Amino acid sequence: MPGLGTTYGRGGATTAPSDVVNSDVILIMGSNMAENHPVGFQWVIEAKEKHGAHLIHVDPRFSRTSAVANTWVSLRAGSDILFLGGLINYILQNNLDFREYVVHYTNASVIIPETFKDSEDLGGLFSGWDPQEKQYDNTSWLYQGVKADEGSSDHHDNAQSGGHSQHGIDSSTDLSTYEQDLTLQHPRCVYQIMKRHFARYTPEMVERYCGVSKEAFLNVAKIYTSASGPDKTGAICYALGWTQHSSGVQMIRCAAMIQLLLGNMGRPGGGILALRGHASIQGSTDIPTLFDSLPGYLSMPKFGYSSKDLASFIKANKPRTGFWNNFDKYIISMLKAFYGDSATKENDYGFNWLPRVTGDHSHQAYWLDMMDGKMDGLFVIGQNPAVAGPNSGMERRALGKLKWLVVREMVETETATFWRDSPEVQSGELKPALLGTEVFLMPAAGHVEKDGTFTNTQRLLQWREKAIDPPGDARSENWFIYHLWERIIVKAKLDPRPRNQGLLALRMDYTIKGERREPEAEEILQEINGWTVADHKQLTTFAELKADGTTACGCWIYCGVYPESGRNRGNERDPKDEYGHGWGWAWPLDRRVIYNRASAKPDGTPWSERKKLVWWDEAAKKWTGKDVPDFTATKPPTYVPPPGAEGDAALAGDKPYILHADGMGWLWVPVGLNDGPLPTHYEPLESPIRNPMYSTQQVNPAGLNRARPGNEYAKSPDARFPYVLTTYRLTEHHTAGGMSRTLSHLAELQPELFCEISMELAAQLKITHGEWVTLVTARGAIEAHALSTSRMKPLTIDGKTVYQVGLPFHWGYNGLVKGDIGNDLIAISEEPNVRIMETKGLLCNVLVGRREDNAAKLKEYHSIMEGQTA
Amino acid sequence: MIKDLITRWPVIKQILNRADGTGVEAMTEHTLHMRPKNDGADVAHSVCPYCAVGCGQLVFHKGNKLISIEGNPASPLSRGRLCPKGSASYELTTHSKRLTKVRYRRPHGSDWEDLDLETAMDMIADRLWESRNKNFVEEQDGQSLMQNKTVAHLGGATLDNEENYLIKKLFTAGLGMVCISNQARI
Repeated sequence: MPGLGTTYGRGGATTAPSDVVNSDVILIMGSNMAENHPVGFQWVIEAKEKHGAHLIHVDPRFSRTSAVANTWVSLRAGSDILFLGGLINYILQNNLDFREYVVHYTNASVIIPETFKDSEDLGGLFSGWDPQEKQYDNTSWLYQGVKADEGSSDHHDNAQSGGHSQHGIDSSTDLSTYEQDLTLQHPRCVYQIMKRHFARYTPEMVERYCGVSKEAFLNVAKIYTSASGPDKTGAICYALGWTQHSSGVQMIRCAAMIQLLLGNMGRPGGGILALRGHASIQGSTDIPTLFDSLPGYLSMPKFGYSSKDLASFIKANKPRTGFWNNFDKYIISMLKAFYGDSATKENDYGFNWLPRVTGDHSHQAYWLDMMDGKMDGLFVIGQNPAVAGPNSGMERRALGKLKWLVVREMVETETATFWRDSPEVQSGELKPALLGTEVFLMPAAGHVEKDGTFTNTQRLLQWREKAIDPPGDARSENWFIYHLWERIIVKAKLDPRPRNQGLLALRMDYTIKGERREPEAEEILQEINGWTVADHKQLTTFAELKADGTTACGCWIYCGVYPESGRNRGNERDPKDEYGHGWGWAWPLDRRVIYNRASAKPDGTPWSERKKLVWWDEAAKKWTGKDVPDFTATKPPTYVPPPGAEGDAALAGDKPYILHADGMGWLWVPVGLNDGPLPTHYEPLESPIRNPMYSTQQVNPAGLNRARPGNEYAKSPDARFPYVLTTYRLTEHHTAGGMSRTLSHLAELQPELFCEISMELAAQLKITHGEWVTLVTARGAIEAHALSTSRMKPLTIDGKTVYQVGLPFHWGYNGLVKGDIGNDLIAISEEPNVRIMETKGLLCNVLVGRREDNAAKLKEYHSIMEGQTA
Repeated sequence: MIKDLITRWPVIKQILNRADGTGVEAMTEHTLHMRPKNDGADVAHSVCPYCAVGCGQLVFHKGNKLISIEGNPASPLSRGRLCPKGSASYELTTHSKRLTKVRYRRPHGSDWEDLDLETAMDMIADRLWESRNKNFVEEQDGQSLMQNKTVAHLGGATLDNEENYLIKKLFTAGLGMVCISNQARI
């Protein structure tokens, strides 16, 4: 989210899969779209076959996506920033940027103060690094001329924490007061800093360390940069192949910058498609079951000065200019939705009932606490960490240290039966009689057995109508939460301590239906949309939200999905145009291609007839076009904000990135990222080489490797683990298999775990195709069938041959088809902004034979690893 | 009578009607009166629960029984198509290994036991409350903290927005739980 959120202002895909039919070039990197989003991929095929688009696929593995690509390039897993930095350098060195777009719509011209020192000058660290705290102070990354707030001593405590709510707000600095050089010649303007920063990302470096020949790289560079200018656009599609790296956010940042430089953002056939792998993964950050954010990307209050009361919290989060100037309206309306009439001006609308964040409470952080016996209970609702979590073996052992565990699922997952079926129990290492965890496995309703919305990969909310009742005691999560609340509230009423005031105030007055007493899901969506408090009238847009407690709104970005009583736009299915308006509802306000003001020139006319989308209608004095304008409809392109203007009114008529305080797309990120204002290359936590860019900075300095006994790492390089391992998904299975290994057709289509190795590696290790091999990393060992294939190619990296191994991770010990657990090999680690683990580039060894054939060798590995961290 | 029988014979119908044998004339009485399994069924509009493309589904059902799940041709996202996983979503809902009863494993137990749904809910509420009572921190250094770190949640990105909203509302805004996570750490 922060990769796109900080660059553009919103953490979501900027366009829809169907919009790639308007693309001239499509670059898929960090994704195998054909196999993982097969139905969405029909649009790529259509773009290619009907409209002659050129498809480029950059990926370590040759897959079905590569098979239909015009150009496929294999690269070393984890070298993506070198490759993408190479593209940025190619654009800058050859003056291929879309200059008019870059000058007007991005912060390329903004001047950065002399106090900033680049990672190129400081051996891999940007200025502001605190080696004790292992984090950055971003003061020197701010624009020259901005005024920092002198009133608060720790004014950066919100900005510095990063996380899912980061879209570049830091109200303590007024980013609208920048200095700029529109000729882009000033040595300290962003454009020139970038030019110097990326100067070493040459085709030669790409060839030497990504394993991509200079010719192949230059071919990709030439083709992709051709999709630029008034008449052409290119789209970039990515997925977990970028996300799950220790520098994943900065990989996405590279792509976001390329799209700004080429002027491909906000235009038909342009944009970035973040391909999500779960039905509502976009929805799960929009309305986050995450520790660091509140609905609509509001940040969770962090313990400290900036959250001592509501006024301080608003002060820290409400910039003077740009759309986030409405922060107070959004947070107060959310508190009104949560706490109802009990939220009053006098009690700060219940702000102090919200818990404060005191550190890293993400999955991996609290799992280590669980491992150390510090947790009592865990609710697992629709996830299967016993096989899906990184270092799954460690995650399973931690489950045994809980007092109680609630699993809500459609089937008996590995998480629910870890105490009986796990490899540790099977091997005798753990004994059920010694595991004290009390387990409740609760049957859950499936997708046709309840009403509700998913938010898909293009920010589209679609309502699902309930068809049938769930079987037996299976229930929806709405039911579970409501009925849990009913029980808890009885206890809370007997205990008037301050801790229970918020709980008692919580609004849960939904209509309860039928014998099973199911809360009405549509009323929850109405609350998410928001209403006026006095007469309960549905709101049509977040522009109606107020900061005085007269409006309630559960998630401001979803305001408009239920604009009037009886009208659920998520359930509308009457598409009217090529952008699908009338089918579902996209946040915000049904805008399908966001930042679409940029599809017109600064003067408001389309860049070209071929690429017109939204333009200024001078006669009607408003923005119009094929999409809902992502801009104040009546603000003319010539608008110049009067001095002292605030909020959206402070942004000029040619500033399309309205969430940002300066209205511009951010090539340079002054606030909001924990690992630098520009992407720079670090090696994965485990790598076959030393970092060629910085001899003293091997890995992302701000990330966490969480090394400890049981979560060990290989060295970089490491003779014991000579091969690069990268994990991936298959079409026929879903994540760790809880929704697919239980189904006969899917199980039959992909019955067994395998790993892909090159013919050359197979020959070297004398492995026959189909034979059992054991894959071992510093965390664990699993067995799989070897699939020796020319789809995997040995790469030459810095003069040496590097072999890569591909591994799907769908198997486990339950279900119709069973197999070893790929995630046992992965380390618990945390990317510095979103706290995701690195699964796409690590080190392994391949041993011939099954696990038991290799028992002696594995024991040796195990004891060496133990010794290493002891 | 005999004439009637003979003219019902498909090959005779074909000759009499000068048809080419690919239409209704080739059908027996039995096949002529066969109806699709979805005939007369109610249809609910739905969305595939696997990846995030959001393919449209038509869910045919009758008398609280699922009959079939088909791709929705009207969807401008998917145009009627479903991948192998989406096509398997009928089985996802109907297969015999679906859980229908609460399973309970007591501490140190070696097998599942049965548990009534309402009893299970009572027991879960008791445990949650006990942990909260013991570990909740209202204040730190004179500032509001309102936090419980000993009970965690790991959610799913396959849940509905409405469900995630209620989870966040109760667990975070009501109970002060901060260890809240899902797969969407992206």
